[in-house]
Amino acid sequence: MSELEQGIRQICATFHNDKSRMMDIVQAVQARFGCVSSVALDLIAKAVGTARVEVESTVSFYTFLTDQPKGKIVIRLCSDVIDEMFGMGPVARAFEDALGIKVGQTTPDGAITLEWTACIGMCDQAPAAIINDTVVTYLSTDKAREIVAELRKSGDPRKLVHRLGDGHNAHPLVRSMVHNSIRRKGPVVFADLPPGSALRKALAMSPVEVIRDVKTSRLRGRGGAGFPAGMKWEFTRQSEGERKIVICNADEGEPGTFKDRVILTEYADLLFEGMAIAGYAIGAKEGILYLRGEYAYMRPLLDHILQVRRDAGLLGREVCGKRGFDFDIRIQLGAGAYVCGEETSLISSCEGLRGDPKNRPPFPAQKGYLGCPTSVNNVETYCCVARILDRGPGWFAEIGSKGSPGTKLFSVSGDCASPGVYEYPFGVKLIELLRDVGAEDAAAVQVGGPSGHLVGPADYNRSLEYDDLATGGSIVIFNKDRNVVHVVRKYLEFFVEESCGYCTPCRVGNVLLLQKIEDILHGRGTPADLAYLEQLAKTVKVTSRCGLGQTSPNPVLSLLKSFRPVLEALVKPQADEFLPTFDIRAALGSTEDLIGRKSVVFTP
Amino acid sequence: MSDTIPFTIDGVAVEGRPGQTILQAADDAGIYIPRLCAHKELHPFGSCRVCTVKVNGRPQSACTMPCAKGMVVENNTPELLEHRRGLVEMLFVEGNHYCMFCEKSGNCELQALAYRLGIMAPRYPFQFPDRNVDASHPDVLIDRNRCILCARCVRASHDLDGKNVFQFVGRGSKKRIWINAEAKLKDTNLDVTDKAVEICPVGAILKKRQGYAVPVGQRLYDHQPIGSDIEAKRAAAAQA
Ligand SMILES: Cc1cc2nc3c(=O)[nH]c(=O)nc-3n(C[C@H](O)[C@H](O)[C@H](O)COP(=O)(O)O)c2cc1C
Ligand code: SF4
Repeated sequence: MSELEQGIRQICATFHNDKSRMMDIVQAVQARFGCVSSVALDLIAKAVGTARVEVESTVSFYTFLTDQPKGKIVIRLCSDVIDEMFGMGPVARAFEDALGIKVGQTTPDGAITLEWTACIGMCDQAPAAIINDTVVTYLSTDKAREIVAELRKSGDPRKLVHRLGDGHNAHPLVRSMVHNSIRRKGPVVFADLPPGSALRKALAMSPVEVIRDVKTSRLRGRGGAGFPAGMKWEFTRQSEGERKIVICNADEGEPGTFKDRVILTEYADLLFEGMAIAGYAIGAKEGILYLRGEYAYMRPLLDHILQVRRDAGLLGREVCGKRGFDFDIRIQLGAGAYVCGEETSLISSCEGLRGDPKNRPPFPAQKGYLGCPTSVNNVETYCCVARILDRGPGWFAEIGSKGSPGTKLFSVSGDCASPGVYEYPFGVKLIELLRDVGAEDAAAVQVGGPSGHLVGPADYNRSLEYDDLATGGSIVIFNKDRNVVHVVRKYLEFFVEESCGYCTPCRVGNVLLLQKIEDILHGRGTPADLAYLEQLAKTVKVTSRCGLGQTSPNPVLSLLKSFRPVLEALVKPQADEFLPTFDIRAALGSTEDLIGRKSVVFTP
Repeated sequence: MSDTIPFTIDGVAVEGRPGQTILQAADDAGIYIPRLCAHKELHPFGSCRVCTVKVNGRPQSACTMPCAKGMVVENNTPELLEHRRGLVEMLFVEGNHYCMFCEKSGNCELQALAYRLGIMAPRYPFQFPDRNVDASHPDVLIDRNRCILCARCVRASHDLDGKNVFQFVGRGSKKRIWINAEAKLKDTNLDVTDKAVEICPVGAILKKRQGYAVPVGQRLYDHQPIGSDIEAKRAAAAQA
């Protein structure tokens, strides 16, 4: 038996030859053998009893998985617009020069691969990159050259870590240079809670009473959609099925969002406490923390905290001595796919499939993970839950605004004096936040990430809450020197890259939107293009199957609504009826080469 | 009558049966809702989005949405027709569709739907993707240039043929229909009689040596638009 075959058998056996653990299996195979090769696909399929093409389908979906050998070290540069604004362009070139390759290539000795990757959740310390699992931040051209020299010398990305970050970033199990950048603490999330105190209070009540408290608090989901958490739990509890599942969505892929990163680093206990409370309320024994692949560097710490909680009786059999309540949590690591933050894609991914969203109905609360009633909530939502059970729903409901009780964490980045994470009561005015972060002169603000809205000064007096400017927490600030049309192009590039490709409008429509925006940026636009963009954006929005496609045209629609003069200045009325995108000289070029003479083009 | 579900489509009263989707109930009632990925022998997939309707004002795919009592469904509205045209045009520009050289012409659901929706030429730029043809199998050919990623073959192979010949690889605009083998269709257990072969709505999966058995001009959609069979039911009911 070959080493590969033996290794794969062993890995598959570790996961009980269970094909629903495909994500873990292929990640382990890749970690050990460098890639999931064609032979490996066959071996895995055989071991778990599925078709080869099913394994291939999963592997080919995720950015971090590959069937082709890559370098032992993979440098992933963050392609986000913020990183670009803070100098990623020259940094990328410095990497290319030092390595002697282009982005997308591997050094001839097979040692190092250089790639682009979507937002890695480090916008407050951009430009940044991930090298295997090691995060490097505040990059410069000098640093790029030093990094390459060090990697060439030691071959070990962990040797790149010099000065450790604050808080748990310096924990021996993390040892990361990442900074938390907590800038403003509020009473709900960034406050201290002795482990177990909220859970014990919850366990003293009946599950139905716990749900009642969460409903009374009027807590709404912090992941973006704002669905009432108590209602979701009630549906899940009432759904038929013995086995129920609690999932925490820590995929945090929306560009410009990094608040969950900080919670996971510093307040994981609070999160796990909330998950256990959810498990008790819903009647679930199993919890899954879906951690985005980019945050793999935190996994050892999170595993450790889970173990400490097990040892303290806060997880495992008879939690806190409560008869009949067993609950434990496992971590499912993602592998680079923004769409997996969408709750039904996330469930597909946990099941070992490609991260395609599922059709609804049935909703996850009815039929979710492996067909079991499942409740998916955001990291911050669980933290609020723990606090609500500890301090009472009335206390919580008093904070914030009427329709949006509690506080919200905002990930602030871009052109401001103090990027970082801010906890505010809901209802804070955008202008207040801009003042606090040192960005009163902002020319444009992207509220809620690319899928949210790009607003200008006319909207700064609006408040940040579900019923006005809703956001999962991302606030990206642009000053007057930034080109908003270019920002929109970057966001469309992101959606094109991250669309799962399941449905027509999102798979094709986003490409078409991007092409038209590029035409306009290159001076090939006409006034008619604005109507074209509007119609296309609407078709994508109305007909897309999941939240990704339903929101991906938002940057374009924001541009048309709030920055129309900028667009109008870019498109030029045509004197004649010809298509400005048509370049007759270029079109004739290959024919001219072939026949060896220039054509005569009539110019009036 | 207690086990029927009354609702309306464009103001017309429709009775759905429990477990039926809007699309199925509409078919039974003789109301045509355009679709490409949906097929009556397959479970709903919801990928082409051509059957998007509005249910109480909210967009939903009719092929996946169960009917519910009292729902108000909009189908044939100018807005929805415009979106459907957009979707069909997207499918045309996404692949390489040269109808005049395609042996499926006249039997092709994509082409027929374009005619029905009144599309003369797509408003979007052609993408001219680089896709391959696999003619390795003795009896079946895959031309990926014409694939619209509807997953009919994937579902049919799995659910009706009891095989696993087709599946998708890649994501986003790089998504492709792929096969259960390293590279060639001949290395799969596909048989020319498989449901997965005949169920392709376009000219992406074709039986070899049968392309012109029925001459152009006598084909399925040469004389009446796609959906006419469904609409004929309602016309017949109205006469009775
Ligand atoms: C494309 C897409 C990406 C998403 N990414 C995330 C994410 O990273 N984290 C998150 O909590 N919710 C994300 N969501 C929202 C989830 O689908 C879901 O609504 C949320 O996890 C529910 O938790 P909540 O009710 O506590 O907010 C995303 C939605 C879409 C459509
Ligand atoms: S809108 Fe469609 S293609 Fe886009 S991510 Fe959702 S399901 Fe996939």
